[in-house]
Amino acid sequence: MNQLSHDHSYTPVAKALHWLMAALLIGLLSLGFYMADLPLSPDKLQLYSWHKWVGVTVFLLIWLRLLWRLTHRPPAYPASMPRALQFLAHGGHWALYGLMIAIPLTGWLMSSAKGFQTVWWGVWPIPDLLAKDKELGHNLQEVHEALNWLLVLLISGHAAAALKHHWIDRDDILTRMLPQGNKHD
Amino acid sequence: MTKFNTVALLATLTCALPAAHAVEYKTVALDKSKITFNYKQMGVAIDGQFKKFSTQLNFDPAKAANAKATIEIDLASVDAGSSEADDEVVGKSWFNVKSFPKATFVSTQVKPAGPNQFDVTGKLTIKGQTRDVAFVLKHTPQGSNGLLSGGFTIKRGDFTIGEGPWAKFDIVANDIQVNFQLTAQPGK
Repeated sequence: MNQLSHDHSYTPVAKALHWLMAALLIGLLSLGFYMADLPLSPDKLQLYSWHKWVGVTVFLLIWLRLLWRLTHRPPAYPASMPRALQFLAHGGHWALYGLMIAIPLTGWLMSSAKGFQTVWWGVWPIPDLLAKDKELGHNLQEVHEALNWLLVLLISGHAAAALKHHWIDRDDILTRMLPQGNKHD
Repeated sequence: MTKFNTVALLATLTCALPAAHAVEYKTVALDKSKITFNYKQMGVAIDGQFKKFSTQLNFDPAKAANAKATIEIDLASVDAGSSEADDEVVGKSWFNVKSFPKATFVSTQVKPAGPNQFDVTGKLTIKGQTRDVAFVLKHTPQGSNGLLSGGFTIKRGDFTIGEGPWAKFDIVANDIQVNFQLTAQPGK
């Protein structure tokens, strides 16, 4: 019976992970697109290191988040939502999870292939999964970049859909992810 | 007769033996030799190497004190770990290869220091600045050739390698480990 109150809102842990990762991903995306075209300088190397360190952090957080997601059923979509749109929403969410795994993974691989081992926070070396290979490093960079454009597209769609639910459909899809959302239920 | 023969044989041997050992290395097979370096960039170890260098060598392991070596490194042949870094380090604030195309090492003293090991001191000049370096040279005979290997650490700040924004050592460390493996060949 008290499950009911949960049915309308995400758990506090799920909310915290969602907004923490939203902030980290937007930061990583902006930093990544900004730093890539900078001329070589100590600042550029510093930014690259920060990008990699935060990227590894996101890669660790996503597993925690997936574990939480698989053990805590999220609230159901409102009955008013058409089947096709529910299906689209599910697909979009799993695509986002997929990208949150694939993007740091390609970053890690491209770093290895380019001959730069990733040392998390400058302290913990992360094993190189690939040997140094310039051509492969370049290709992985292209993949990393393309996947990030796809992520930009999906995040925009995700945010636009949430706002559409809030302002046009006037349902609780957005509010149930907000820190104080749907407490009254 | 037998006595005379023995003496003659001994005489021949004493002359022949040092001659057989007097292998003096005079050239270096560049295709079987390499000069590498290793440095840290924000805690990340990065390998590099110099693809072009030339040597002048006179080294007889049995007469180490007479040994002499000069190595000239073509700094523009650097592989600093990435093409972006290669373009950067030949520039003015790093090696400044336009004004200082070569790094040179000239040995000043070679002393035996155990079996197939030698203490070597020399002068290293990079970017117009000369510093003393010392290292242990290992000699590994390989048929008539010999593998000469060793390494030492230099401080890039001593040679003003990396000026201006690069002069601090928080991003690119001051210590640069230099290693070499030279395949030396005997000459006449």
